[in-house]
Amino acid sequence: MNIQFKDETFRDDYTFKNSDEAIKRFPFPFDKDSYMYAVNMEPHTPVREGSVYYNSFDVDEHYVSEMRDRAMVLDDDPLRCQSLPHMELAGWDLLELIMVEKAKDYPDLFELHRDGDNWHWINKPLGIDDKFTFMDATTLPYGPMEYITRQTQGDFCVLDQRDDNLWMDAGMVTTQADWSLDFDIGMNFFEWHAPVPLAHEKGIFVRALKFLLNIQQGAPARRLNWTMTVNPLLDTSPENYHKWGIQKTTLTPENIGNKQHLRVELQTFFRLPRSNALVFPIRCYLIKLEELVTYPKWARRFHRVIRDLPVELATYKGFIDNRPMIIDYLSQFDDGAETSPGVWPED
Amino acid sequence: MAKTEFEPSIRSRPVYGELEAKNGKAHLFIADADGAGAILDMAKSAPKDFFDKAHIIYIPKDSGDKYTDQLKALGAKQFYAGPSYEASVTRIQRVLADASNGLQIYLSGTEGLMGQAMREATNVGYPYSAIQTEHRGSKARRMQCVHCKGVTEDVITDPFECSHCGLNLFVRDHYSRRLAAFQGVCVDAEDPGNVPDKVEIT
Repeated sequence: MNIQFKDETFRDDYTFKNSDEAIKRFPFPFDKDSYMYAVNMEPHTPVREGSVYYNSFDVDEHYVSEMRDRAMVLDDDPLRCQSLPHMELAGWDLLELIMVEKAKDYPDLFELHRDGDNWHWINKPLGIDDKFTFMDATTLPYGPMEYITRQTQGDFCVLDQRDDNLWMDAGMVTTQADWSLDFDIGMNFFEWHAPVPLAHEKGIFVRALKFLLNIQQGAPARRLNWTMTVNPLLDTSPENYHKWGIQKTTLTPENIGNKQHLRVELQTFFRLPRSNALVFPIRCYLIKLEELVTYPKWARRFHRVIRDLPVELATYKGFIDNRPMIIDYLSQFDDGAETSPGVWPED
Repeated sequence: MAKTEFEPSIRSRPVYGELEAKNGKAHLFIADADGAGAILDMAKSAPKDFFDKAHIIYIPKDSGDKYTDQLKALGAKQFYAGPSYEASVTRIQRVLADASNGLQIYLSGTEGLMGQAMREATNVGYPYSAIQTEHRGSKARRMQCVHCKGVTEDVITDPFECSHCGLNLFVRDHYSRRLAAFQGVCVDAEDPGNVPDKVEIT
């Protein structure tokens, strides 16, 4: 595997874009021409070499630039990374999981050498070469969760499991779809999902929680979620909403193909061995409408999904005002032909 | 004034009950304003000598002397009336630090008072589900601005102005027990200056 890491921005001049290869492997989330909430869990096992589902923690061409953006968010607002005091052990679990998996899946990029508790971690893309003592936080520049998630794409929620519930007790959250870790930290599964419409009534969260409580070590699971974002802005946080919200009003029929992005979250779930916590990485992938429509199947299907989405969902996902313009744009790529089942662009 | 009935809302929004005398080694009451009424109503059906082991911490706020004599007449072992929650909070912390197993906790009055007192109790290990609550009086909310993180007390309109950064915020039902506050979010981010008329929170 040979990844060409790009030098690009997710703010200000927004130079982010996807290569042809990145478009082809984009995790398009719709396997049919309509969408409604579902638990839609599946085992997180390798599917199709080269796809985002192939490795435990996908590394792609945006890695180095995404990590730079994360560091900028944390400089501006350190509260985006928090861990309640009882969660440090889970942080070590997470550090171990990511280091072991990345070194195994990307040996050209990452190396982990272990001699008892003396660990040596090499991250070539980010130019990091650190020796530290496992389980001794004084030997790392940050706490274990912060250290490793500053080097791993995607947000991370570390969930404590007790009282038959999951508790959002630690996290690194800088690429979120408009929710606040600082506000939600300490909440249980139903509380932090409280603002989501329709899904509670459908029993989605009760079933999802039951599934998640039973995830076993070595048997991770995954699902997809999605929303829409104007400009390739990773940090769509409520904290900064008063700054970025106005960008939603800048779409025109001329710029929409470049400015409007489908934002897909690859959510995975891993049981952690020592703490019995559950780690919930939420990896954000962005694609411009003009990139997405290069695959006719995706273009047709996405038009139909957006056109037929219930008003509550379009409102909750924050694009109700822009929906007519998005539909207009996408409709020119929908000739009404049938689409093949499944998410893959060329099947 | 009876306990407040709220419309059903989202899962993070607290729900409140009705105070009920429970068996316990000691009883700690923390109330503000019309929350006194919940204690007085509960006392009517409390066992004899119940208040011999009770400590009442009361912040009258705008109810002035309305309830003070009646509360004192319950004969609690300790009675304290303070000028504000902030003034009483070190006392609350001290009492909770001393508390043994078997302490029953009763909170009544406004959401801000109950939320903050509950946070003190859970900070020292009481499970929130074991703490009794009853809402009385003002529906004012304690709001955290998600942008500047400042807390504005006693918010009675939606939207409102953040008392720290001045942004116009709408009042969400999303609630954090850790912060003892609801979330306020900029109401005119996508159309600056277009702030809806204020309506009283119900």
